[in-house]
Amino acid sequence: MGETIELEVTRYTPERDREPSRQTYAVPLRKDWTVLDGLNHIKDREDGSLTFRWSCRMGICGSCGMMVNGEPKLTCATFLFRYAPGPVRVEPLRYFPIIRDLVVAINDFMAKLQAVKPWIIREEEKALAEGEYLQTPQQLEVYKQYSMCINCMICYAACPVYGLDPLFAGPAAIALAQRYNMDSRDQGAAERLSILSQHEGIWGCTFVGECTKVCPKQVDPAGAIQQYKLTAAKKWIQGLLMPWGAK
Amino acid sequence: MDVSFHDVLLVGGGGAGLRAAIAVAEVNPKLNVAVVSKVYPMRSHTVSAEGGAAAVIKPGDSLDEHAYDTISGGDWLSDQDAVEAFVQEAPEELLRLEHWGCPWSREPDGHIAVRAFGGMKKMRTWFAADKTGFHMLHTLFQTMLKYTAIARYDEWFVTKLLVDEGRVKGVVAVEIMSGRVQAITANAVILCTGGCGRVYPFTTNANIKTGDGMALAYRAGAPLKDMEFIQYHPTGLPFTGILITEAARAEGGWMLNKDGYRYLQDYNLGKPEPKPVLRSMELGPRDRLSQAFVKEMEKGRTIDGPYGPVVHLDLRHLGEKLINTKLPFVRELCLKYENIDPVKEMIPVRPVVHYMMGGVHTDINGATPLAGLYAAGEVACVSINGANRLGSNSLPELLVFGARAGRAAAEYASGRKPPDGAILAQALEEERSIEEQFLRRGQGGERIAAIREDMQKAMENSVGIYRTGSALQEAGKHLRELQERFPNVGLDDRSRTFNTEFIARCELSFMLDVAESMVESALRRQESRGAHQRIDFPAREDQNYLAHSLVYRSQEGTPRVEYLPVKITRWPPGQRVYGASAEASQAKAG
Repeated sequence: MGETIELEVTRYTPERDREPSRQTYAVPLRKDWTVLDGLNHIKDREDGSLTFRWSCRMGICGSCGMMVNGEPKLTCATFLFRYAPGPVRVEPLRYFPIIRDLVVAINDFMAKLQAVKPWIIREEEKALAEGEYLQTPQQLEVYKQYSMCINCMICYAACPVYGLDPLFAGPAAIALAQRYNMDSRDQGAAERLSILSQHEGIWGCTFVGECTKVCPKQVDPAGAIQQYKLTAAKKWIQGLLMPWGAK
Repeated sequence: MDVSFHDVLLVGGGGAGLRAAIAVAEVNPKLNVAVVSKVYPMRSHTVSAEGGAAAVIKPGDSLDEHAYDTISGGDWLSDQDAVEAFVQEAPEELLRLEHWGCPWSREPDGHIAVRAFGGMKKMRTWFAADKTGFHMLHTLFQTMLKYTAIARYDEWFVTKLLVDEGRVKGVVAVEIMSGRVQAITANAVILCTGGCGRVYPFTTNANIKTGDGMALAYRAGAPLKDMEFIQYHPTGLPFTGILITEAARAEGGWMLNKDGYRYLQDYNLGKPEPKPVLRSMELGPRDRLSQAFVKEMEKGRTIDGPYGPVVHLDLRHLGEKLINTKLPFVRELCLKYENIDPVKEMIPVRPVVHYMMGGVHTDINGATPLAGLYAAGEVACVSINGANRLGSNSLPELLVFGARAGRAAAEYASGRKPPDGAILAQALEEERSIEEQFLRRGQGGERIAAIREDMQKAMENSVGIYRTGSALQEAGKHLRELQERFPNVGLDDRSRTFNTEFIARCELSFMLDVAESMVESALRRQESRGAHQRIDFPAREDQNYLAHSLVYRSQEGTPRVEYLPVKITRWPPGQRVYGASAEASQAKAG
C-alpha cells in the first residue's frame, strides 16, 4: 500500500477502561490526506469502534477539533504529510471531559455561549415593513472577524486560564459577546457586561494570546477579552466615582 | 423506557429546523416545542452554504421575474402556486434575519448588497461574503437561544416515526452519548433533516447528509416526490468534492477547457463577454453547465487530473482585492485543499453531487399526506425547485417553508391532548430492535463501508448526469442485493457510549431505501427534463411527464411510483433558453 504513517490515537470506553490509553494504527501517507482522512480510513477498514466527531470536512462546521501532536487543530484541515515520517499523536481536545476516545463533552461550552446572550438586544425593534437597519461596510468591518467563530473550541484547548478555572467564560464566548456588542444594530452591551463581570475569570487572562494564535478562522478572542477588561474597568471606576449615575 | 412529550417536535436543527422552531414559539408561546438533532445545531450542513440567498429587494426587479427564473430554471416541474408564495415571502424572511443580526454584505450607504447568480435574470442574491449559510445558521442558532421555551435534544438520533391510525405521534430516538433509547412523543413532527448527497461517492454534502428524514417518512408511509432529480454542481474540487461557490462565476469567473477556451458558448448558453452577463454562459443554470462538462469530456477537451478529468475555473482576472472581499472562503479552500492560489492560478473543478430537488412530498404549508407529519428544507419537496434548482433559492426556501411548516404544525398541535398509550407498544418494539442491533458483533462479516461504497458506485454509474434505462435497471437489481446483504452488517463497537458505528449502520440502512427510491423514479421517467437526462429518451415529454413522481414504499420494501400533475398558474410550459435568445423567448412567454 506504499508509504504509511503511524497514528497514536487515544482510546477510552468508560464502561471498560479506568483511564484513557493509546493505540497505534498505520495509515497510508497520501499527499492530500488530512488527519481526519486517516481516522476515517481506520474506522472504515480496520476498527469500526474508533470514535470521533466530524461532518463537513471543509473547516466550517467546527466538529472535528482534536489535539494533534499536542496542538489543538481542526483535523479536517490538518494534513498528515506535515507530520511525516510520524508518528502523529491524536488526542481529544484538552481541558474538556472525555466521553469516548476522541469525543469530549461540550455542554459546558454550549451553556457559556448561551449565557452571554448572543442575540440582538434592542429597546425597540424595528418593524419589518420599515426595511433593514442600515449598516455600512465600515460598521460591518468593526465586528465581522468576531462573527467568524465556528465554535470549534480549539481556543479553549489552548487557554491556560480555562485549564485552571473551568468557570471562566472563555475566549469564544467572550468574542461572541463582543460580536454583538460591536454590531451597530445592538443595544445590549451593558447587559452582557454585567454577566461577564460577575466572574473574576476574565481578570485571570494575562493576554498570553494563545487563543488568537490557534484560531483556525483568524478570530481574535484575545483582543475581545482585552477590550472587555478595559470597558469593565472603566465601568468599575465610574461606579466608584459616581455611584448615582454609572449606568 | 423513558417517554417525553412535546406539542411540536423538530427533527433536524439546521436552517429549516431552527426557523420552524422559532415560528412555533412565536405563533403560540404556550406550545412546548423541541428540536432533536444528531449533531449540535450549529454543526448542521446549512453551515456549508456559500454563495447567497435570493429575494427580490432592489428597484427594477419584480416577484414575477424571480418566479419566471425559478420556473424556467426548474424546466416547468415546479408547482407555480408554491413558487409564487416563495418569491413573495422570501424578502421578508431575509429581512427578518437581518433584524436578528445576520451580517449581510452591504452597499456603501448601508443597504443590503446583492450579487448575480446562475439562471437569475436580475441581481437579487443577498450574501454574507461567501459564507452565507454559515452566517445564517449561526444567526438562527444564536437567536433561538433567546427562546427558553425551545427544548433541545442535541446529539440524539431518530430511528423511527411513531404512527398510529394514520397519524404521526412522535419518534423513537437514541441519545448518542449514552445509547439510551427514548420515545419522544408529539402531536406534530416536522422533518428538517436536509438532503442525501452521501448516497453518492463524490458530493459536496457533509458526512451527516444521509437522507434520514426521507427514509423515516418513506418507511412511515409518506411518499417521496421527484427523487430522480439530483443536482450536480458544476464546480467541485477534485478528490474532496468541496464546493467552489457559483458566486465565483457570478463575480466574473470563467469556465475553461484544456485549450483555455470558454466552452460553454458551444452549448447554447450565449456568447462569451468579458464581463458576466445574467442568465448567460457561466451564469447559466447548474444542470446545463454540468451536462456541458460531460460533452467536453467526450470530445477529449477536459484536462486529466490525478482524480479524473477536470476543467478550469479561472478567477485570475478578478484581482486579489475582489477575491478577498467577495470570495475569501474560495481562496481559503483552494489554498488549504488544493495548494492553489486562485489569485494567480486556475482552479481545477468537476461536477459534483450537491442538492436533492426531490424529497418528502408536502403541500405549500409543509404538510405531508400523513396527518401530523410536516417537512421543510432540502428533505422536503414542495416543489419550488422542479427539475433543477437555481443557485441561491435553497437558503430562502429553508426560511419561507420552515416558517410555514412551523406555523401549520403549531396550529395543528394546539389544543390536542398528548398521544395515548397505544403508540408505546410500537416504541417498545423499536427499542427491542435497537437493542438487537447494538448486540450485533461482527456477525455475517459484512462491513458498513463495503456496502456503502458499493451503493455509492451504483448510484454514480446509474443516476449520474446522463442516464440510461439499462443502467438504471442494473442499479435497481444491485441495490436489492445490497438490501439483502445489509442484515449481515455487524458492529466492531460493543459500547453503548457514543457508538458512532451503530449510527452509521442506521444511516446506511436509510440511504439504501433512499437510493432505491431514486433509481426507481429515474427508471420510470422516460423523458429528459432538467437534471434528469435520459440518453434513451432525450426530449422533454410534457404529454406524459408534466407531473411529479411520487414514490411509495411497498409492503415488501420495494419502491412503487405514481404521478401527480404539476400545478401551473401563470406560466405555461415553454422552451428553456439561455444566452442571447432568452430575451425574445421570455417576452413571448409573458
